[in-house]
Amino acid sequence: MSSTETQPEDTPIDHRTDLLRQMLRIRRFEERCAELYSASKIRGFLHLYVGEEAVAVGVTHALSEDDALVSTYRDHGHALARGVPMDAVMAEMYGKATGCSRGRGGSMHLFDVRRRFYGGNAIVAGGLPLSVGLALGDVMSGRRRVSACFFGDGAVAEGEFHECLNLAALWQLPVLFCCENNLYAMGTALNQAQAVTDLALRASSYGLTSWPVDGMDVIAVAEAAQRAVEGVRAGAGPCFLELRTYRFRAHSMYDPDRYRDKEEIERWKQRDPIDGLAADLRAHGELTDDELSGIEEGIKKELDQAVAMAETAPVEPVEDLTRFVYAERPR
Amino acid sequence: MTTTRKTTYREAVREALRDALSRDERVFLMGEDIGRYGGCYAVSLGLLEEFGPERIRDTPLSESAFVGAGIGAALVGMRPVVEIMTVNFSLLALDQIVNNAATMPHMSGGQFSIPLVIRMTTGAGRQLAAQHSHSLEGWYAHIPGLRVVAPATVADARGMLWTALCDPDPVLIFEHASLYNTAATLAEQLAPVDIDHAAVRRAGTDVTVITYGGTLAKSLEAAEEVAAAGVDAEVIDLRALRPLDDATIMDSVRRTHRAVVVDEGWRSGSLAAEISARITEQAFYDLDAPVERVCTVETPIPYAQHLERAALPQQSDIVAAVRRVVAGGG
Ligand SMILES: Cc1ncc(C[n+]2csc(CCOP(=O)(O)OP(=O)(O)O)c2C)c(N)n1
Ligand SMILES: [Mg+2]
Repeated sequence: MSSTETQPEDTPIDHRTDLLRQMLRIRRFEERCAELYSASKIRGFLHLYVGEEAVAVGVTHALSEDDALVSTYRDHGHALARGVPMDAVMAEMYGKATGCSRGRGGSMHLFDVRRRFYGGNAIVAGGLPLSVGLALGDVMSGRRRVSACFFGDGAVAEGEFHECLNLAALWQLPVLFCCENNLYAMGTALNQAQAVTDLALRASSYGLTSWPVDGMDVIAVAEAAQRAVEGVRAGAGPCFLELRTYRFRAHSMYDPDRYRDKEEIERWKQRDPIDGLAADLRAHGELTDDELSGIEEGIKKELDQAVAMAETAPVEPVEDLTRFVYAERPR
Repeated sequence: MTTTRKTTYREAVREALRDALSRDERVFLMGEDIGRYGGCYAVSLGLLEEFGPERIRDTPLSESAFVGAGIGAALVGMRPVVEIMTVNFSLLALDQIVNNAATMPHMSGGQFSIPLVIRMTTGAGRQLAAQHSHSLEGWYAHIPGLRVVAPATVADARGMLWTALCDPDPVLIFEHASLYNTAATLAEQLAPVDIDHAAVRRAGTDVTVITYGGTLAKSLEAAEEVAAAGVDAEVIDLRALRPLDDATIMDSVRRTHRAVVVDEGWRSGSLAAEISARITEQAFYDLDAPVERVCTVETPIPYAQHLERAALPQQSDIVAAVRRVVAGGG
């Protein structure tokens, strides 16, 4: 893609407050999930996105409703930012019939066909081939849609990653590869997994436009994603964004997090994307304390309601256990 | 007098690994997060500190590469123990396991052998949904050239690894994730453990319950439950899933004249199907009732607790099947 044609416009100011609200909404949702997990209301694996919210919010900001999104097992932030209703996500965490996957997927497998949210995939790198296929189908049908795919730095070690970047570049498919480089794949640091740790450089070797982005700065992410999406949509071929970020919490609720030193975590927390944007908005007189507590209140209300609805929602009948194993056919 | 000590399944696997690393310097471990992290199920915790990064090798997320590398290292005389986090992720290494490990000895006319051990967890029951819960060991048991074992007891978890390492062929060890916290008393002086034979875990006269791995405990509990109603069930733990120990199975069925196979895999094309077929082939005229199977319902494993429970073989399902075979026939 030619970057001169697609210079980003400044993100309008009202969007900045909205981006803050969206990040806060994900943060508060997940804090509540952690509590509900301790209370055994949510079970299975739970992977929190705390610290990485700017990535999901910034990227989805650049997508249009028609575009597709493929996610990982760390998918709450992606789903919420994409517009999957919070009550449907919470109900899914509860394993209820009203959940966005009817209780069959849980935290790691949120889906929403209406939002073109192709789901949380719990096999590392397993979503990349899907995104290539979504894009291929669009091209073959003459549709100008973008398929965005989130995956972690750990996925870069899998064969599927390399096969997909090559295929997408070879066929010039409209895929936006969004690598959430949080420096760790479970307990394995990036420099213990990769001989070359510059992931954007790696991607460019396949013939993709690629560049690193400060994933702790939602404005930077939104701008980069917007530029990338414009190119991809215009038919310039796939694009790769390396979103440099950090997870503040352990890999999952099972992880004792023995492999990172506390100082490193603290250093990254200084760059909290939510605090950063809030401070910036305040400094520019764009956000008052009242406005912020208004946002917090709105989120709390939505969250309380989502939890209340999940608590009382029905579960799928056991008789329906084998429903959806195959497509339901008209009789 | 032998001294004894209480050991968990997890500790037993760890001790087996430590023991193998100490006994044979060709042994090394390789897998994702086995070193610094200590293993996703904390099995290898502490081994990196004890044996160093040369022999406790953390790998990137590259199942095909490191499983294949294990095959290569075994070809040149090493004794690799490769850990795959769960059988679900082993699908990314399926090509290496099936097309290389299982074929090279034969395809080369016997020029090569592959003394490789691959360990992985299997099974459901913890609400991890459809990409973390499947029991695919039956698939591997389909493949000539592989040996497949499933330690269901702490003693087997402790003993099978060394025997597997001494075997010249690739051995896959399936550890059901629900077993790691189970505990038992082990003798201080351990006898060698074979990986060829099934074991009768409960002797009985009225019906044979054949199972392995994660469903052994449920089968034993079911046997106790029916015992209260006067049905004396024999429970067989297969231990080896390939090759199968037909002799132990048939010997039991010929005595009890009834069989129930319990398998956490899906029914279609399953180990349970294979065992059931062998019983009809080899002991048909000894049967007093059709063989029953208790398997996982044919659906990807769902997240919701009540659905997952309903999908998996439960004690009550085993009891019901035992009652049916005992009521049926003469
Ligand atoms: C193929 C495969 N291998 C191993 C795992 C176990 N596992 C789940 S998440 C994870 C780490 C992935 O790290 P990364 O891709 O960086 O994503 P992050 O968790 O940091 O968001 C591992 C090893 C898996 N789910 N799939
Ligand atoms: Mg990562």
